Amino acid sequence: MNFFLEIKESFAIALRAITANKLRSVLAALGIIIGITAVTIMQTAIEGINRAFNKSIEAVGADVLYVQKFEWFGKEDWNVYKNRKDITLANFNFIQRNIQSSSAMCPSVGSQRSLKYGDLDLENVFVIGSTDEYQATIGVNMSEGRFMTRRESDGGYPVVMIGADIKKAFFENVNPIGKIIKIGNYSFRVIGVVEKQGSLLGMSFDNRVIIPIDLFFKLFGTKRSLSINIKAADMHNLDETKEEVASLMRKTRKIPYGGRDDFGINQQEAFKSTYESLTGLIKVIGTMITMLALIVGSIGIANIMFVTVKERTKEIGIRKAIGAKRRTILMQFLIESVTICLLGGVIGLLISLPISLIINAFVLPTAIPLWIVALAIFISAFFGVLSGFFPAFQASKMDPVDALRYE
Amino acid sequence: METVIDLKDITKTYVMGMEDLTVLKGVSLTINRNEYVAIMGPSGSGKSTLMNIIGCLDTPTSGEYILSGQNVSDMDDQELAEVRNKEIGFVFQTFNLLARIDALHNVELPLVYSGMNKSDRIEKAENALINVGLEDRMTHKPNELSGGQRQRVAIARALVNNPAIILADEPTGNLDTKTGEEIMILFETLHAKGNTIILVTHEEDIAKHAHRIIKIRDGEIESDMPNANKIKKTEVTA
Repeated sequence: MNFFLEIKESFAIALRAITANKLRSVLAALGIIIGITAVTIMQTAIEGINRAFNKSIEAVGADVLYVQKFEWFGKEDWNVYKNRKDITLANFNFIQRNIQSSSAMCPSVGSQRSLKYGDLDLENVFVIGSTDEYQATIGVNMSEGRFMTRRESDGGYPVVMIGADIKKAFFENVNPIGKIIKIGNYSFRVIGVVEKQGSLLGMSFDNRVIIPIDLFFKLFGTKRSLSINIKAADMHNLDETKEEVASLMRKTRKIPYGGRDDFGINQQEAFKSTYESLTGLIKVIGTMITMLALIVGSIGIANIMFVTVKERTKEIGIRKAIGAKRRTILMQFLIESVTICLLGGVIGLLISLPISLIINAFVLPTAIPLWIVALAIFISAFFGVLSGFFPAFQASKMDPVDALRYE
Repeated sequence: METVIDLKDITKTYVMGMEDLTVLKGVSLTINRNEYVAIMGPSGSGKSTLMNIIGCLDTPTSGEYILSGQNVSDMDDQELAEVRNKEIGFVFQTFNLLARIDALHNVELPLVYSGMNKSDRIEKAENALINVGLEDRMTHKPNELSGGQRQRVAIARALVNNPAIILADEPTGNLDTKTGEEIMILFETLHAKGNTIILVTHEEDIAKHAHRIIKIRDGEIESDMPNANKIKKTEVTA
């Protein structure tokens, strides 16, 4: 008997056996159902967290390098960092003159200030000083108005672009463009609103305003370290750009050959790896719990399969008498257990679906990832084989004479 | 005459704890094509063991068994399954149909195991059921059939692969006398069509339908004789 026909026949037999013992089959599959539901829901939740993370990390920009005094998530001892020199405009100008592999760049500085509009106050707003190139470098979009022009930037005009949180606090139902707000004691004219960007690890990208950098220095002092923001010309050659920037920085800061960098070149990746190590742990724990459920489920299936084989001893005898080979019998019971497990897997997925819809509606936007459906099916089949093998092997080994005599 | 079964000095010994129990003590026997043989013997005579060996369900401890020209006495499980499938049609006392599938699928099963394609399988199974007079019961499950009908399904299943022998173990044991007679008439017809039939029974009434009667006692052949009045009858009708 050829293999394909064997599988087809075995599957038909399995379906008949399962429909003849519906309740028992479902109870047997309970562990698998719980395991598959757990793994699916866990992955769906992680998918949701990932989506939220990826959406907010977009604000950082995948192809932007941030040359700053310190590394984000620096892991070294404070001694390494404490004597570092500030990043200066001279550093920025040197890089801008010499860099090849960048399409846009801008310097930026930031400081916490309070904002005022009429009687309304906002504390701890992050004020960024930058140039007109900021928009092209970081890639921010305006929901209202426009970004500052070169003239406004170079001339240090008192103009401001506000983040979505500021607009919400000051201009709930009012057109903000042209309104005058106060940063500290200085007046600025609102010329644009930056599109909502969300938050990342608890810090909001929307609780910000941007003003011309020259004016920033003039009003808030020059003695601060810059961030030099560099957009790579080619996203796929980000590493090359990073190397070029590093060597230019070393040159402008006169670091001797063999000396350590006294600056950090930061990128989105740093957030990603920190985030991944965090979710990695959640995944490991979740996977262990799921595996436990699946193993318990597998033992349940194996148990029920042993009972089934015992009950159907006579049938095995009859099948053997009329020409079923060992392999055929093995296949028959193996496929039966795989079918029960697959059934459990499908039920698990069907249970997960409404739960994921509830999570999507009330907790965070998510959906069951397609690969988890494929994985669930694969896991079910795998545990079907695992739990069915020994019972099936026992069935295949039966002596036809004894099996036929069994009542 | 073409020899279908050739048993040479077959023995079968079971190990029972410390003791060896010899059930067959050197049985030699030949059966030709289109013979109708009854194997008789009381329980414990070794009759069932002999039947299991002839049916390739069991292998002898020693001796040689040639079935349709193949030496089956030293075949492995795999080969024996194939021989059972192709050369032997079993009919059991308790019918031994699969309860969950209908008559047609029960009859089709040996063809499934021989790997025949679906349309041929259905056609052959239908013909086999027509041959035993069950053309209007094909889609009935065993529990929807009478005992006699069930046994007819089992006979159709035994016939469907054109086996070298039909091996019937007490085929009327679970049937009333009248139905039993009908089944025996069916065997008669099958024999007339050229089938080789081996009937295993302890009932004289049933054995008398066969044309040759072999009696087993204590693991040995006690007698092997033509059924005188059957032969006469055949000659008369011929």
